[in-house]
Amino acid sequence: MLAAKKLEFVEELAVNTGVPLVSYKQVSKSFGDIKVIRELDFEVSPGEKVAIIGPSGSGKTTLIRLLMTLEEPTSGVIEINGEPLWHKEAKGKLVKADEKHLHKMRGQIGMVFQQFNLFPHMTVLRNCIEAPVKVLGMSRKDAEVRAKAMLEKVGLGNKLDSYPAQLSGGQQQRVAIARALVMRPKVMLFDEPTSALDPELVGEVLDVIREIAAEGEMAMILVTHEMDFAKDVADRIVFTDGGKIVEQGPPKEVFENPKSERLQAFLKRMR
Amino acid sequence: MNIWDWNYAMEVFPVIFKAMWTTLSATIVAFGLAMILGLGLAVLRRSSFKPLTWLVIGVSEFIRATPPLVQLFFVFYVLPFFGISLSPFVAGTLALGVHYSTYCAEIYRSGINSVPRGQWEAATALNFTSSQKWTKVILPQAIPPIIPMLGNYLISMFKDTPILSAITVVEMLQTAKIAGSGSFRYLEPFTIVGLLFLLLSYPSALLINRLEVKLNRRKVVKKEKNSKHKGVAA
Repeated sequence: MLAAKKLEFVEELAVNTGVPLVSYKQVSKSFGDIKVIRELDFEVSPGEKVAIIGPSGSGKTTLIRLLMTLEEPTSGVIEINGEPLWHKEAKGKLVKADEKHLHKMRGQIGMVFQQFNLFPHMTVLRNCIEAPVKVLGMSRKDAEVRAKAMLEKVGLGNKLDSYPAQLSGGQQQRVAIARALVMRPKVMLFDEPTSALDPELVGEVLDVIREIAAEGEMAMILVTHEMDFAKDVADRIVFTDGGKIVEQGPPKEVFENPKSERLQAFLKRMR
Repeated sequence: MNIWDWNYAMEVFPVIFKAMWTTLSATIVAFGLAMILGLGLAVLRRSSFKPLTWLVIGVSEFIRATPPLVQLFFVFYVLPFFGISLSPFVAGTLALGVHYSTYCAEIYRSGINSVPRGQWEAATALNFTSSQKWTKVILPQAIPPIIPMLGNYLISMFKDTPILSAITVVEMLQTAKIAGSGSFRYLEPFTIVGLLFLLLSYPSALLINRLEVKLNRRKVVKKEKNSKHKGVAA
């Protein structure tokens, strides 16, 4: 009896390790008449770093906003660890999930925004401890320890009591990265994290992201226009155009030997 | 006989001054109600459950489109038929508070709408619950800029309290009327009422103006700082 149970458990483990962390199955998203994502299939393995590149309007930002539950897919299913994100199983059928389910699932995802979106009425430290205390239920003390460590990592250990308005754009984005890291997500989404920055501030943010990527265990999906950076950081490059994945593969292959015409044209323009 | 009788004025002044407390307490109670109820209306109006939104809009429009005096009479004279008998003070503050809550709701709404969408999204990304989003992220940013506007409604409501005299609340105006009908002299009591209103509302208005200037200046400083930063970069 016990042995049977144990075997079941081992089997379950084996199955789980084969499951991708994130999986999009025939996902579409329309805004009114405009189809932004078209029947897209996409997977991310645990710990994998994926960079999404493509012309503006190709749906790459929408792609990750669907995963952060900021936009609802028009059709298709997104799964995290094999569990539907936007849906729930009821009587063998998938139905739209309630807020409680979304809340549970969202805990595995973190996001860094183009416009930083720090809370302007909170200090840097409070920006980073509010969610761990209120959402994860950590003690204030523990949350502060964790937040300070993250802020130290992004090089802002000396700005704990500053307000966002007192920081440069690059510093604000680094706080936003620390704020998302404190929640320890399994997958972190970056929505063009350097697009709103002045050119001389881009480097400091990319360096921080590189450092986090090098640490390994957290999966990352980066939407970016920084091709060199994508080449460095990503295990896989995904090129989207017209709401579909046109081409994907290891950075070397995608950048040096692009197969599709559209990717060739895109890379030419980026240079 | 003089037009203005100082002796009589001195005689009625303490009586009216005493009634000022009724006016003030009615203002405070009614405005407290208006602020709380108004916030509730503003938040409910953003509900994703559409019928609720429509209900809130409909009720607010109805209340704003009918005169407060009619509402006051309704609450005081009609509700007793349905078994709800309220004292004049309670009926008056309730009606005034509900009436003004619809205006306060509009102000809250403007404050809430001025919070950038990214703030909601960041709050979602950090997995805050709906109520945490409101209390920790949105309202702390939405309310400070609208405090002067709420203040203006406070003064405006204060000046509307004399309508409570219509349902026998003995506030300043009612007291003055009673005093006048006893002596057939109305000039002094009504003048005193007017002056007391002026004395209270004018300094409050100045205070609110100063607050507004201060808040605006803070905003400008913040903006300048940001643009200066960009300027250096460019």
